[in-house]
Amino acid sequence: MSSNVRFTDFKSDKQPTWCPGCGDFGTMNGIMKALANSGTDPDNTFMVAGIGCSGKIGTYMHSYAIHGVHGRSLPVAAGVKLANPDLTVVAAGGDGDGYSIGAGHFIHAVRRNVDMAYTVMDNRIYGLTKGQASPTSREDFETSTTPEGPQQPPVNPLALSLAAGGTFIAQSFATDHKRHAEIVQEAIEHDGFGFVNVFSPCVTFNDVDTYDYFRDNLVDLADTDHDPTDYDAAKEKILDSSKEYEGVIYKDESSVSYEQKFGVDQDMSDIPSGAPDDAMDLVREFY
Amino acid sequence: MPADFNWAIGGEAGDGIDSTGKIFAQALSRAGRHVFTSKDFASRIRGGYTAYKVRTAIDPVQSVVDRLDVLIALTQRTIDENLDELHEGSVIIYDGDRSTMADVEIPEGMVGLDIPLKALAEEAGGAIMRNVVALGAACAVADFPIENLDSALQKRFGGKGEAIVENNKKAARAGLEYVHDEYDHEFDYDLETTDEDYVLINGDQAIGMGAIAAGCRFYAGYPITPATDVMEYLTGRIERYGGHVVQAEDELAAINLALGAARAGARSMTATSGPGIDLMTETFGLVATSETPLVIVDVMRSGPSTGMPTKQEQGDLNMMLYGGHGEIPRFVVAPTSIDECFWKTVEAFNFAEKYQVPVYVAADLAMAVTEQTFSPEAFDMDEVEIDRGKVVDDDSIDEWLDEEGRFQPHALTDDGVSPRAFPGTEQGAHMSTGLEHDELGRRTEDRSMRVEQVDKRDRKVETAKETEDFSPREFGDADSDTLILSWGSNEGALVEALDFLEEDGIDVRFLSVPYMFPRPDLTEEIEAADEVIVVECNATGQFANVVEHDTLTRVKRINKYDGVRFKADELADEIKATLDAEEVSA
Repeated sequence: MSSNVRFTDFKSDKQPTWCPGCGDFGTMNGIMKALANSGTDPDNTFMVAGIGCSGKIGTYMHSYAIHGVHGRSLPVAAGVKLANPDLTVVAAGGDGDGYSIGAGHFIHAVRRNVDMAYTVMDNRIYGLTKGQASPTSREDFETSTTPEGPQQPPVNPLALSLAAGGTFIAQSFATDHKRHAEIVQEAIEHDGFGFVNVFSPCVTFNDVDTYDYFRDNLVDLADTDHDPTDYDAAKEKILDSSKEYEGVIYKDESSVSYEQKFGVDQDMSDIPSGAPDDAMDLVREFY
Repeated sequence: MPADFNWAIGGEAGDGIDSTGKIFAQALSRAGRHVFTSKDFASRIRGGYTAYKVRTAIDPVQSVVDRLDVLIALTQRTIDENLDELHEGSVIIYDGDRSTMADVEIPEGMVGLDIPLKALAEEAGGAIMRNVVALGAACAVADFPIENLDSALQKRFGGKGEAIVENNKKAARAGLEYVHDEYDHEFDYDLETTDEDYVLINGDQAIGMGAIAAGCRFYAGYPITPATDVMEYLTGRIERYGGHVVQAEDELAAINLALGAARAGARSMTATSGPGIDLMTETFGLVATSETPLVIVDVMRSGPSTGMPTKQEQGDLNMMLYGGHGEIPRFVVAPTSIDECFWKTVEAFNFAEKYQVPVYVAADLAMAVTEQTFSPEAFDMDEVEIDRGKVVDDDSIDEWLDEEGRFQPHALTDDGVSPRAFPGTEQGAHMSTGLEHDELGRRTEDRSMRVEQVDKRDRKVETAKETEDFSPREFGDADSDTLILSWGSNEGALVEALDFLEEDGIDVRFLSVPYMFPRPDLTEEIEAADEVIVVECNATGQFANVVEHDTLTRVKRINKYDGVRFKADELADEIKATLDAEEVSA
């Protein structure tokens, strides 16, 4: 890995087709900065994304990447990382991708605790399908498919993560460039599953959860005496629906990644040109 | 004296049927006899009829027949379920003291041996060994040297300490001596032994072993009957070679984990059964479009929906050939025997990487959960060759960079195969996507690029047809006017059916087809035959339809879809009936 990697090295020459003003620009720039600052380079980085506006991120970045099917980025990312633990692996998704169609994978990825980062661009709306309710939409948020609002409580992704045994739970805001990059970098460097819910406003379809809303309501935990290693304090913040928090909310410093626990430490791409030398032992087991 | 010997133990699930049957099968195998086993089980943990059948002979055996010589019956239902296979002189071993056998009725002409299995087991050290007492009794009836049973008991219980092994040996002898002492009867059996060393293996295990031999390092799966043995085999073994098994949260996750590992450069596999394939089909399209090498094993069972999870069927061929939206090049290899489960898995990995395609291994329950003996050389590891296809490294990547220095993972090539760079390869960073893409892997809706990429992916199939040998396996009389075609596990029963037919003066040619796509062109063989019969375990004749489509020739069909595999003698009768019907109508 090269020590003089710049964040622009992670930029591809494809121009994003996100709407002007979309939060995803800031989210992506922060991820690129976090990657550069964490010391990896494009040839040793693997980006995984699903479907939706968020799913386009791999196209606009320069690294090894896969644009998967809807909701399934996390198992793909875990497969990449386990097959080659030397890679830096980042999965990206949206609130629909991660908390609706992929909710089952989310819980199990948290439990599995593979050493990777997961960044969710949460805009509380389905953007690419042009404005339907998402699992994080407010209960009374009126959309084309929910004219009176979803009438269901929104998913609390941080609480889901905590309940599933999350070892790193954070939240950031796409346009707080410096803080966002710091938080994502910490998620990448965490030994285990580093989860960051990113407020990434949709300027086209969501007129409630706007930049202004977040600016007015965001509390940066760095400005408080919050101790992210304190489980009970984290739980309190996560269940407090009166505010939107920014920063690392919970971090289990005794986290042991899946790879460490199971001794998965080899680059599996390296195999011999024939069966293993002792392979006839496998046959003899059946005597 | 019959050339082969057919034995079974039956009772309720939870009665230890499976392990008892396995011990007997192993004893026979270790005595240098060929063995073929079959299981009859229900989809429940305890209760419900379950049986383990063993057919054994000095010569190789590769199917079941409609005959049962010795039956250990732990319930009355065991006798009722097997009445058709029992014959005059068949021996039924049972324990008249057992509540489920209290008023047992031994059918006329058969020999009932009422043995106090439980009481004798208790004397030997514990009631739990009552099935072993029955095995000892079976040794007496079959005139099979009990020392061979000792060897299997040692293998089974050695880990639990010598005292347990000794008690089991004692229990077996109690059963043997009881028959000798209490029954003054000449039995018709004499199970000879030989000095041959055989291994006893089932299809799922052979697939797992083939995967390791082929360099598979990553496996993700979700438990499902009858594919779970593959995962159980790999767990604890693949780690020795630096690999890893993940039990995923569902089949969607399983195939996506496997896809991720494959993109990172690992030889990667998942295995499931029909319902799991349904769930994987979404990602299957991505695997194919992103040109990711992946091996997907479908151990077929009776469908549709949950169908009959513990019963045989070959009903997923259409799904493997055509499943998924859009048009997707894929390979489908179909092992035709348990040893071929090993070799076809090895081949599947080579196909996957040489052509950068998803490869289905189409196995079925009849092959997956039953065991057969083989000489160890049947799995000669020196014969295993690994071909990783067009992998580029830091030095060779240059020739695949465009004028701006960007790697082209989907370069348009004459053979349809593009270069592959594992992550970590310098200058190899690239995007893979299920969206239609250009040579760089970037999304495109450009009309000509769309056509060129579709054609490129399809071209791999043509290349494979020119490069690989997709010939069928040939049996019987090559000059016969009657041609039998089949795929999957029916091969063994058909090969033995040929012997029955030969006894009746009927010679047929049998082609067992192990490649469903790309598949051999059988036009010439079909045109040379007067009669073509396609044998398969499904109702609609999925393979027969494919054959008719390829060769523009109508074929006869023998289909079985009652959940039970073909038996050799039954199949011979069916073939005769099909040929006779033809004669009558002619």
